[in-house]
Order: sequence, then structure tokens, then C-alpha cells
Amino acid sequence: MSIRTSLGIASALAIATATAGHAQDLSGTVTIATVNNGDMIRMQGLTADFNAQYPDITLEWVTLEENVLRQRVTQDIATRGGQFDVMTIGTYEVPIWGENGWLVSLNDLPDEWDADDLLPAIRDGLTVDGELYAAPFYGESSMVMYRTDLMEAAGLEMPEAPTWEFIREAASAMTTDNTYGICLRGKAGWGENMAFLSAMANSFGARWFDEDWNAQFDSEEWANTLNFYMDMMGEYGPPGAANNGFNENLSLFQQGRCGMWIDATVAASFVTNPNDSTVADQVGFALAPDNGLGKRGNWLWAWSLAIPAGSQQTDAAKAFIAWATSKDYTALVAENEGWANVPPGTRTSLYENAEYLEAASFAEMTLRSINSADPTQPTVDPVPYTGVQFVAIPEFAGFATEVGQEFANALAGQQSVEVALERAQALTTDAMESAGY
Amino acid sequence: MARAATTQRKIINTAFAWMVGLLIFFPIMWTILTSFKTEATAIADPPVWFFFDWTLDNYRVVQERSDYSRFLWNSIIIAGGSTFLGMLIAIPAAWSMAFVPSKRTKDILLWMLSTKMLPAVGVLYPIYLIFIKFGLLDTRIGLTIVLMFINLPIMVWMLYTYFKEIPGEILEAARMDGAGLREEILYVLTPMAIPGIASTVLLNVILAWNEAFWTLNLTAAKAAPLTAFIASYSSPEGLFYAKLSAASTMAIAPILILGWFSQKQLVRGLTFGAVK
Repeated sequence: MSIRTSLGIASALAIATATAGHAQDLSGTVTIATVNNGDMIRMQGLTADFNAQYPDITLEWVTLEENVLRQRVTQDIATRGGQFDVMTIGTYEVPIWGENGWLVSLNDLPDEWDADDLLPAIRDGLTVDGELYAAPFYGESSMVMYRTDLMEAAGLEMPEAPTWEFIREAASAMTTDNTYGICLRGKAGWGENMAFLSAMANSFGARWFDEDWNAQFDSEEWANTLNFYMDMMGEYGPPGAANNGFNENLSLFQQGRCGMWIDATVAASFVTNPNDSTVADQVGFALAPDNGLGKRGNWLWAWSLAIPAGSQQTDAAKAFIAWATSKDYTALVAENEGWANVPPGTRTSLYENAEYLEAASFAEMTLRSINSADPTQPTVDPVPYTGVQFVAIPEFAGFATEVGQEFANALAGQQSVEVALERAQALTTDAMESAGY
Repeated sequence: MARAATTQRKIINTAFAWMVGLLIFFPIMWTILTSFKTEATAIADPPVWFFFDWTLDNYRVVQERSDYSRFLWNSIIIAGGSTFLGMLIAIPAAWSMAFVPSKRTKDILLWMLSTKMLPAVGVLYPIYLIFIKFGLLDTRIGLTIVLMFINLPIMVWMLYTYFKEIPGEILEAARMDGAGLREEILYVLTPMAIPGIASTVLLNVILAWNEAFWTLNLTAAKAAPLTAFIASYSSPEGLFYAKLSAASTMAIAPILILGWFSQKQLVRGLTFGAVK
């Protein structure tokens, strides 16, 4: 055995011993607040692997409904209640909470975690002043999912990057007695219809605020956005669309009732799963539509894991986050559940993996959608905020939900587009003045 | 002729009662049916009623994923404990208001009931901060105390109504026979008010069992009851209606069974004193 080989083995042993020693040092109970999404459920089922590496760390799961989770973690973090050590939050909360000093920086996660492998758009969305405040668990943008058989029957071919006009034309051609040409979100909520409409508005040249934080719902661009949406949904959308959110449209699409559906890229794995979807082998994908103005109507979101500043188990929590968002975890899911089920949209290496690309027909379009979203410059005209389908200020969730209600009322036929926009303008202006902008 | 009209009216009344009953029971029945479907059948359009491949798979998955018995035990402790503690306070309070009323008794009763009109979220932060201060967050005792206070006005009001129906002369007679306050409440008043007390207990157990605002806001992993168990199966991105229905069925089953067996007492207690 050469000296170099001996030294190599000794070094490897030393690193292994040090790592094992560190793992054994960490102990305690880590309480994780999360939502009931498929990828999170899978993670809970695979924690035996984490416990094999960290036998002295106990994981306790608190699974909550999404809105309750937001309220609970906000309340806990603001009062320093210390109920949770790891929280599942999104790209809306991370920049705000990070700036407030409510989150622990994750810049010191181990080198092998490989922060440079994160998709740049996702990493930027979770970073404040150079500090990474959350590790992405799965990322998503939005894209067009459409029925290839109906498209063909209509004599049309979906371009990779369609325009809104093409989408309307296709919706018209695909609408039959049993099929709605287009299914879009209509249910009120900043994360429901307003996520879709804000992203759509970006592609129409509209924006929430000008550079002086003046609300812009009185602009022609917003009128064009909303009129286009209402007309298309009124003519080719499902009845009662004002009650439809992600799950309702997913259900309609899986039942073969929608020709097209523009929504989260994460839905691609659901609609192509033959166990749940009746149209699994007849689904195609395209980028979210545009109007030739340089911005597409797609959003960017990442369900991410973060540590509240009040946690008493910071080191153990970091160990858990490093495990759950690592490349090794992806490989573990692939081994147990297949490559099509790994958490998507966070790492470059996943989209260079031939096995994944082969198993997930939607992988390429997902990556292109994520990469085409720019949270730092989301609109055609300049804006003072970041965020594609949201405005990253604390007040947004409140007034955007009210605006969403006005738009949902318009979709339900209870008021005109003009009145909805007037009300949106008034209540947003009031909210911003009250907040001191 | 008169008999025919009565029979006809009975049939109409019965049919109407059944219709209303079925309408009220429909959501529960649909939840139970959905819990035996696959996720694909659960969202089938048009809906599938009875003819599908019944499966227990959702119950198996829910049982594997969640520690049902822990949630159930927390619900039993919290609902039972808050009702027991509440009764300890409510029975003497209702006794004094019913049999030794003062000029302000009616006002106090109304004031107590008016506290139920306050939106719970209005006091969420103060209570949350108190809980942090006293280490009561995510504890069964903390939740038991809160739910006891939340339901106390209803307990006192209900018991007061029942006690008022009991003639004061009977208590006077007991006093003349040498009964003290303790004997009077324990051996004379309580046995006479058993139906009322039973229905108060039952109603409060049901209210505490179903309470979702405080139980979701003040618990995390340790003290979470069945309401949190149901909420954990609601998904923003994914169709898990069949599993959600299985979790709901498992959560409401104990209280449904309790309600079924005690419906006579419940109805008797709730209508006690309603018709004079």
C-alpha cells in the first residue's frame, strides 16, 4: 500500500469518524410544521433514513391546512412561541420574514449539500442580502397542460410558447358539450385566483404598483387582462368557475372535462399518473402564454424549509433540512417511489439526470418555465417590488385576497369588470395608505 | 273522515321529518361513503353513489400515517376534562342564580352569554401570549381550561333553566329536614335535575369535541385532538378527498356513537321545560 493510498484511507476514516461523531452529538426533538402535499407525505414516510443517520433526533410532524399553517407559523414566529423548529413556507414569506430577522440563515449548511446546484431563480427567491433563509423542498412555475387528442381533433397544433390569442382560439375549438375548452382558477384568494391573474397580468403589461407604490388597477393593461380572462372563461370555461381553485380544476382535468388548464407545474405529475387520471397518456405541455411583450404569464413558487429564530434545536433542525433537501434525498425517493415522484424544481442536477428526464415527460417544460420566471423583474414596466404572482410585502396577503374576492364576484356575474377594477383600485389604495406607503 | 285526515297528516309529517333528517344527515353519509372509495372514484363525474369497489385502503393509509389513538386520547381528555371542570363550577353557580337570585342575576346571566358573541380571534393573541408565559402551549391542561371557560356560559345558562323548573318548596322541605347546602345540592337537587345535567354534559362534550379554532391554534404535536387530525388531511395541491373522508369518519365516529346511544337523554334534556 502506497503512502498516498494510506493517507487517503486515513483521511476518509477521519472524515467519516468526524461526521459520525457530529451526527451522534446532535440530539433532541425537532417539530416540523408542514402541509399535506404529496411530496411532504412522501418525506414523512422516509424519515427512517434520517433517523438511521441521526438516531438521537426525534422528528415530530404537525400537518396543517395551508392557510392555518401560515397563520400558525406567523403567530408563533411573531410571539416567539417556539412551537416549531422547522416550518414549511413559500417564496412569499421567506424574503419578508428573512428581512425581519425571524429566520435562521442557512448559509452554513454543509458543502456537500451543494447550494450552487440550486436553480438560480429559486435560490434568488429565498435569499435576502446574500443570506439563504430557506432550503427549497420543491419548486414550481406554471404552464399550459392540454389534451393532445382534443387539440389534434380540433386541427390545431400547440406551439411550445403559445400566445394568449392562440389559447383563446384553441379554447374555442376544443369546447364541446362535454369538454370545457379552458379551465382556470377563479376561487378568491391571494394564492388562488390572484396568483394566476397577477402572473397573467404581467404578460399583458400590467402591474400591481408603479414605482411610487401607486395602485394600477385603473390602467388599460389591467382592464385588458381582466376582460380577456372573463370573456374566455365565460365562453369556454366551466360553470361555477368562481369556486374553482387548484384542486377543483385538477379534478376536472383528470376527469377529461378540460381541453386546457394553465396552472402549477407540479400538477403535471398528477395528470400523467394513470392511477388517478383518465387522460394520463393524452396530456401535452407548453410554456405559459404571452402577448409578445417579453413577459410570460407564469409564476414561481417554492415550498421551502426554514428555521424560526426562536427554535432551541437549530443544529438538529439544520441537519434535518440538509437531509430533506439534498441530492441524496432525491435519490432515496427515486429508489423507493420512482424518478417521476421525486420533488421537482429545485436542483439543476435533477434536470441533467437522464433517468429523471426519461421518467418525467414534463421535466423539460417545468425547467424552462421555472427559468423563464424572474421574481426580481416580474413585469414589463419597472416595479418597486419583487415576486411574480405576489408582491413581497406583509400587507399583500390581506388586500390581495380582497381584490381576489372582487374579481371572483365579477367572474360569478355579480358585478362588471369595470366595477371590480374600481373597487380593487380603491381598496388597494386604502390599504397602502394605511400601511404608510 | 277525521281519522283519515289525521292519518294523512301523520304520513305527511313523517315523510317531511324523514326528508329533513336525510338532508341533515346527507353530508355525513357522503363523507362515510367517500371514505370507502378510491381517490379516482371520489372525484368521479357524475358522482358514484353505492355501486363501486368498496375499499378499506384509505383507513389503512390514515392509520399508517397518523397516530389516531393519540389524537383520540387527547380529544377524550380535553372534551371530558373541560366538561367535568365546567360542571364543578356551573352547578353551584346555576344553583345560586336559580334559588338565591339577586337583583343582578338576570344581568349576570345575560352578560355571561354575551361573552359568546365575542369573535374568538379577538382574544387569540392575548391568550396565546398567556399560554407562552405559563408554558401551556400544546398541553392538554391548557386546552382543557380554555374550552372549559369557552363553554361555561352555556353550561350555567342550561343548568339555570333546568333548576328553575324545580319547585323551591322541595329544597325548603329538605332544609327543614336538616339538609345542609352540600346535601341539598348532592342528594335533592342533582337527582331531580339529572336529565338536565346529562344533556348539559352531553352537549358540552360535543361542543368541546368539535371545537376547531382553539384546538388548532393552541396545539402542535403533543396535545392535538381529532380536529387537528382531520385538518392534517386537507391538501392545497393534491386530491386526497377519500383519505380526508376516512380521517373525518374516524374523528366523528366516537361522538356519533355517543350521540346515538344518548339521543333520548339529549332530546329530553333539551326540551325540558320548553312546554309548560
